[in-house]
Amino acid sequence: MKSRKWLSFPYIIWMAIFIIIPLLMVIYYGITTKSGTFTFDNLALIADPINRTALWLSIKLSVVSTLICLVLAYPLALILNNMKLKNNSFIVLIFILPMWMNFLLRTIAWQNILENTGVLNTILKFLHLPTLELINTPSAIVFGMVYNFLPFMILPIYNVLIKISDDTINAARDLGANYFQTFLKIILPLSFPGIISGITMVFVPSLTTFVISTILGGSKVVLIGNVIEQQFKMINNWHTGSGLSLVLMVFILISMAILAKYDKEAEGKSVW
Amino acid sequence: MGVKMKRIVIALLLVLTAVVGLAGCKKSNTPTIYVYNWGEYIDPEVIKMFEKETGIKVKYDDFVQNEDMYPVIQTGSAKYDVVCPSDYMIQKMIKEDLLQEINYDNVPNISNIDPTYLKSAEEFDPGNKYSVPYCWGTVGILYNKSMIKADIDSWGALFDKDFMKANGYDGKVLMIDSVRDALGIALVYLGYSLNSTNPAELEEAKNLLKDQFPMVDAYVVDQVRDKMIGGENPIGVIYSGEAIYTQRENPDLEYVVPKEGSNIWIDGWVIPKNAPNKEYAEKWIDFMCRPDIALKNFEYITYSTPNSAAREMIEDVDIKNSTIAFPDSSILERCKTFHYLGEEVETLYLNKWNEVKSN
Repeated sequence: MKSRKWLSFPYIIWMAIFIIIPLLMVIYYGITTKSGTFTFDNLALIADPINRTALWLSIKLSVVSTLICLVLAYPLALILNNMKLKNNSFIVLIFILPMWMNFLLRTIAWQNILENTGVLNTILKFLHLPTLELINTPSAIVFGMVYNFLPFMILPIYNVLIKISDDTINAARDLGANYFQTFLKIILPLSFPGIISGITMVFVPSLTTFVISTILGGSKVVLIGNVIEQQFKMINNWHTGSGLSLVLMVFILISMAILAKYDKEAEGKSVW
Repeated sequence: MGVKMKRIVIALLLVLTAVVGLAGCKKSNTPTIYVYNWGEYIDPEVIKMFEKETGIKVKYDDFVQNEDMYPVIQTGSAKYDVVCPSDYMIQKMIKEDLLQEINYDNVPNISNIDPTYLKSAEEFDPGNKYSVPYCWGTVGILYNKSMIKADIDSWGALFDKDFMKANGYDGKVLMIDSVRDALGIALVYLGYSLNSTNPAELEEAKNLLKDQFPMVDAYVVDQVRDKMIGGENPIGVIYSGEAIYTQRENPDLEYVVPKEGSNIWIDGWVIPKNAPNKEYAEKWIDFMCRPDIALKNFEYITYSTPNSAAREMIEDVDIKNSTIAFPDSSILERCKTFHYLGEEVETLYLNKWNEVKSN
């Protein structure tokens, strides 16, 4: 085993060049000014009313879309699990298939669906139903987030569920638990790690996105991702952009820490 | 052992090929020119013709906006012989000493460029020392005649709420999602310079745009084309080059440069200070100024050419006399180029713009 360790070397180099070094650069830019002196001003800019509003809106929208993803994904994962398909790579395929297409293209497709003269409203009009004004509103952004990130919620939950042994569930039934009790006391706690990783994998990209809000929000809804993008691309200010990114990273770390804490408690319960 | 060995050998081979592959990027002896231009901003045929006629190989990269190109040239992380930035960016690069002067002895075809545009270019490049105009255009209003009956000739069509309500397009405006363009339009409508650095004027422009916010359906740049062609929105702000394309697809669309004036932008070829081969760069610029080449590019990208000899050669009379592609001088007189305003003012612009959007 020892002799194979060096095989991880290319990966470690890769990680160093494309993850560690850029991260250090973000930190460096984030805590310096253009002349190179140390400062916390870039970080403090998050308190600016505009940036604060953008961050708050981002948090709200990503919490909403994460919850919607969870509500949609959990029953689906349960159903898929109960189907007991022999070939579960088929399931994986169904959910990964749309991801073979570029993320940007799929989001632009959603724009065409949600537009006022788009596919959805054309159908509604044809059926003589009232049309919806979705495009360029926060709801359209939530739509885009849920659509794009749903597979990241389904797959981890499904992966955990298939690992729960039938024996465990049968034992619960033998001991007199009805379906709901089995679900609440056995399946749910045991699937907690999947839920946690699902939540993280949906929440983090939702919080940082700027493409979805540009395309589906018509840039009328400014998220923290857009604010950071502008700093880099419009006025070429890498320092403020990095500072705001650092604050965002802190938010992500905090949310992950909270989740990890619950995760541990849940595991403790499942042992019981 | 056998399997393990095999894996190790494969891994080794992979690493080796990667290393050899990287090392293989060394410069070869064939003469090569490194060109950095906007995406979709040249007829690919032209590149091939250049290679064939001069024997110089072209390495062509593109960028999406000036701000993407700038750090690459500024840090020198990649060296290019010839680059095509816009007016205000050329001014900024001259100021920061990133460009070198062009030797016009090597660019005889400069005589094909209409002096009007060389004069406009002097606004950002006094004496035309550093840049040769490649394409230009204006910013204006595109509207759908079948959806808006009124005649539109003023930026007021985007700001006057009563007018918008009377014509039934309030809340359906497509505003341009670009700091300088958006604030520039507001400044011009208020009667100020679109290069204003006066905080009070900028504040006024911001308030105007903030007032406009509920009237706007979306802030877009490229998407304006599809939305206008498809009839999703009745009115929007657009660059003249895109306007010709949208009119081809939807004849109901009409383009106007408002009477208050507007922005004229000029993209020009420049040679960075650290260009590996200035001689090739000048050959390239001269080639781009040749009438047949300028015509080929114009037909491909539909952005106006400053090349008067090329314009003479346009066969389609409608295009040759198109007021969108070649507005008459009375319109051009009302248009100004953007100037580089310095970092502090640019940050102020961005802050104002963000205030507009965080309603």
